[in-house]
Amino acid sequence: MGNILAWPYLGTVINASYFVTAYLFIMGLKRMSSPKTARGGILWAGAGMLVATLFSFVNPAMGQHVPAVNYVLMIIAMAVGGGLAWYSGRRVAMTSMPQMIALYNGMGGGAAACIAAVELFGAEHHQRSVLALAVLGAIIGAVSFSGSLIAFGKLQGLIRKSLRSKVLQIVNLLIFIAVVAMAISVVVAGNSDNMPLLTAFFLAALVVGILTTLPIGGADMPVVISLYNALTGLAVAFEGFVLQNAAMIIAGTVVGAAGGMLTQLMAKSMNRPLTNVLFAGFGADEGAQAVGGEGGALKPIDVTDAAVMMAFANKVIIVPGYGMAVAQAQHKVWELVQMLMDRDVTVKFAIHPVAGRMPGHMNVLLAEAGVPYDLIYDLEDINAEFATADVALVIGANDVVNPVAKTDPNSPIYGMPILNVDQAKNVIVVKRGQGTGFSGIENALFTLDNTRMLYGDGQKVASDLVAAVKEY
Amino acid sequence: MIEGFTALYIFMLAAFTGYEIIARVPSILHTPLMSGSNFIHGIVLVGAMVALGQAHSPFGLAVGFIGVLLAAGNAAGGYVVTERMLEMFKSSKED
Repeated sequence: MGNILAWPYLGTVINASYFVTAYLFIMGLKRMSSPKTARGGILWAGAGMLVATLFSFVNPAMGQHVPAVNYVLMIIAMAVGGGLAWYSGRRVAMTSMPQMIALYNGMGGGAAACIAAVELFGAEHHQRSVLALAVLGAIIGAVSFSGSLIAFGKLQGLIRKSLRSKVLQIVNLLIFIAVVAMAISVVVAGNSDNMPLLTAFFLAALVVGILTTLPIGGADMPVVISLYNALTGLAVAFEGFVLQNAAMIIAGTVVGAAGGMLTQLMAKSMNRPLTNVLFAGFGADEGAQAVGGEGGALKPIDVTDAAVMMAFANKVIIVPGYGMAVAQAQHKVWELVQMLMDRDVTVKFAIHPVAGRMPGHMNVLLAEAGVPYDLIYDLEDINAEFATADVALVIGANDVVNPVAKTDPNSPIYGMPILNVDQAKNVIVVKRGQGTGFSGIENALFTLDNTRMLYGDGQKVASDLVAAVKEY
Repeated sequence: MIEGFTALYIFMLAAFTGYEIIARVPSILHTPLMSGSNFIHGIVLVGAMVALGQAHSPFGLAVGFIGVLLAAGNAAGGYVVTERMLEMFKSSKED
């Protein structure tokens, strides 16, 4: 091994491999941004990762004499970490995708913090500019690590309480200031052999991640995960500067920018400025009070009437929500849609940007059931069509079809763009019980004159509808 | 060596690239794309490998080991999950 690592041209070979990797990553991401080429995109990016990983075994930055024990540990760590993640990624249900992304993202942030730790605690003395980037990456990586784990715990239902108090926020702010102060003192001192200070620095950064994420409600969590995803990218880029590793700098920065943009898009489609998500918020257990009062009565409908209504319609728009996925009803819904299309009914799916647990999550869930993506429409593309629809079937969606977002300035969701389901000639709402949605807000749609409630479990109702439509 | 302004140039151009890629993406791909970009920062694996390779002290070995473990998880998990999601996207005209 020592011979290869001493080869003078090795650095050039490694850089060339990282260049190829950077190219494959960017092209892969580009392909992933269109549904037609998306499947190939991840293969490109995967190939890039493989190239970079293989060549990194002989990266001369490790020094010319790497002890065998380091290699053994490296391979064990890759096998264990990679193997467990691969296995869990294969097994996880599509509904749990957001928390898995949070988990893997946290691992990346943790890895960036570990790199910083090795560099900072190591005996080597770095320039001040390099130290500054190392501590910056350490803070961001550590916050992203502990924050993502909390986000995972919340979405997985392991952590149910949303702690929220002014005191907590002030404590968090003080700890954050302490983290920054410690970071500055490390950089100013110009060396990093102060073990107690560095240990306190890392622990405090981890606490900031925890305390920042704990008060955030489940509904806002996707935005937070997206934010941590961008932050991990930045942490990776900063540690890339420390290690003089171009692949890390480019990939990390691209993800940081793309992730930041994605976070903005998500926050915008929920009409929740990022500062609101992080420092205040309703999407939590206790937050929301019933706004707008009870209003009119709920008018139930039975399965047969609902089936007839749809079977003899010209145009049906289906509005699925996370509730449909939880009930595992998407396959039955697709079966229903196929039967309606055989009867020459025009059927379209309308997806709100935040349907599911994060933007695009519902599209994944429908794709899993076999629904082709060209039947699925975004809010902007379909909102004008509700007025011409005979039936709008709302299944498992709630807040995203609530007209108070347009009419009641006192409502916490006021201003959020919604699907104009209320304009359809008939609205059928499939709902398990009479409770409120994820945010706990009363839904004015349910009491409109043209709305009928179809009570029952999503999957049961969908299969009953299939059976009933078959009769006609 | 990458330093000073060269580093800043790389940073700026890469940031612009990332921004441009996402700016025109239909929202149906937001989740897979977030997952895909999550996979791509799994490149932290190569840094963790270097850090572990450099380590001399038991402390360095331990932290480096954890770093590689976490980074490998990020890369492998991110890949599998993204691939599974994208595999399902198909058009009604395809089959």
